[in-house]
Amino acid sequence: MDFYLTALLQGLCFSGIALGIYISMKIFNIPDITTDGSYALGGIVTGVTLTHAYPLYISIVVVLLAGGLAGAITGLIHTKLKINALLAGILVMTALYSVNLTIAGRSNLPLIGTASIFNVLNFTADVNVNTFIILLVIVAVLTGFIGYLLKTDFGIAMRATGNSETMIRALGVNTDRMKIIGLALANALTALSGFLITQQQGFADISMGVGIVIIGLGSVIIGETLIGWLRITSVWGSLLLVLAGTIVFQLVLAVTLAVGVNPNLLKVVTAVLVLLIVSLPRLSFRSHD
Amino acid sequence: MIKLENISKTFNRGKANEVKAIEDLSLTISVQDYVVIVGANGSGKSTLLNLIAGSTLPGSGIIEIDNHPVTRLHDYQRSRWIARVFQNPLSGTAPDLSILDNFRLAALRTQSKGLRIGTNNVFKKEVQEKIALLDMGLENKLMQPMGTLSGGQRQALTLLMSVMDECKILLLDEPTAALDPRSARLVMETADKLIADFKLTAILITHNLKDAHTHGNRLIHMAEGKVIKDFSSEKKLNLTQNDLFEWFS
Repeated sequence: MDFYLTALLQGLCFSGIALGIYISMKIFNIPDITTDGSYALGGIVTGVTLTHAYPLYISIVVVLLAGGLAGAITGLIHTKLKINALLAGILVMTALYSVNLTIAGRSNLPLIGTASIFNVLNFTADVNVNTFIILLVIVAVLTGFIGYLLKTDFGIAMRATGNSETMIRALGVNTDRMKIIGLALANALTALSGFLITQQQGFADISMGVGIVIIGLGSVIIGETLIGWLRITSVWGSLLLVLAGTIVFQLVLAVTLAVGVNPNLLKVVTAVLVLLIVSLPRLSFRSHD
Repeated sequence: MIKLENISKTFNRGKANEVKAIEDLSLTISVQDYVVIVGANGSGKSTLLNLIAGSTLPGSGIIEIDNHPVTRLHDYQRSRWIARVFQNPLSGTAPDLSILDNFRLAALRTQSKGLRIGTNNVFKKEVQEKIALLDMGLENKLMQPMGTLSGGQRQALTLLMSVMDECKILLLDEPTAALDPRSARLVMETADKLIADFKLTAILITHNLKDAHTHGNRLIHMAEGKVIKDFSSEKKLNLTQNDLFEWFS
């Protein structure tokens, strides 16, 4: 049971990535893979600030700013230099590896006896349950914030930017600026996931971001599939299903490990799982033809 | 209202596929003019419209709108004067957004899109009343995604969206090219009505010579990036449809 609870906690920690990918991929229609770098950046910045005994709120702010900056750079490269978004993301992600290594000074930062967001409030003696409650609160606040944002006039303009660029420019929106803001927001959320995971697992690692974008993608695609099945059109419904996607994804991985699949094969399992989810709608579509 | 002085625009300069889209064109359009532009494909009509809207910036020359120099301003900066309807019904609206959200953005064309929720009941009611005027039965489908509507409905709504916020200039780039005759007529009637009611300065590009003859108070014929004929109100009235057909034969 604890095994699945850990998976659930991990899923909640990853909700920042899922919301970030949802914003870049679904709202702005930009395939952004800065994610791997900005997630590790979030983790490393958390490790450095907390081991230097900075208070948590400073750590959070610095993490959000660092992730936002990384996303903004990808956005600038993509919009101002007219470079393909995928390439822009790869460039920033690659550069971030060195940046992270420089910030950390070494490849691994253990957090021992440092402040943790999961110790801020103690609801129960059970550490995992306490973490679960705190994560629920954080995810609820995040979702509330993003959901509200998407319903504001600014949020409608964000959604229109990814949907009909000619229209929204004719309606007075600087789409370049909008995309930069969007990618900054997406990567700030991703970095926040790095912040949470680092404290949940008790260390930051330079390579913690490798392949993490696939978790976000998988979660969003599961969410999208659910949205399609349930014919959800509301912003809130979509966000909740994306979060559900994150948790489903982690639980499926946990089951895979539980049935005895070699942990070394975890990334293969992840990739195959995402492939399955992506191709499922198409496969079933064909049989209906 | 709109002043173009010695505007030139060349695409792919210096390459084998160089195109001189607009060559040394000067044009003044007065307040409440309703200019119809005709011309063969590649005559520079759409480029001219894009230059006025700011989606293309000129190679040389000066553009003024409402006595403001706008030559270097981008399309999103000129939206405080200009509303547009595109040839492709998909370009003027966001398909995945609801009708209401589309109208909300249109209502903020000249303003900043801030962090408040503007799609409240007061706004909903306002949009409902506006859409009811079209008589298409869309007033109770505000939450429906724009993409579920037909091309004609979307073009009519795009027109209506242009007057949700203060509008001085309306640019219509072949708004009926993708529509069936009945929808096309409805869209043109709506356009005429809005242009008259809101005292707009308008430019209509069309390949439909019948439309070119019946709509507007000024007719311009373009060829090879230049204005080759320019008929203002009385002179336009004296033209027959056959005269127009002869230009293209």
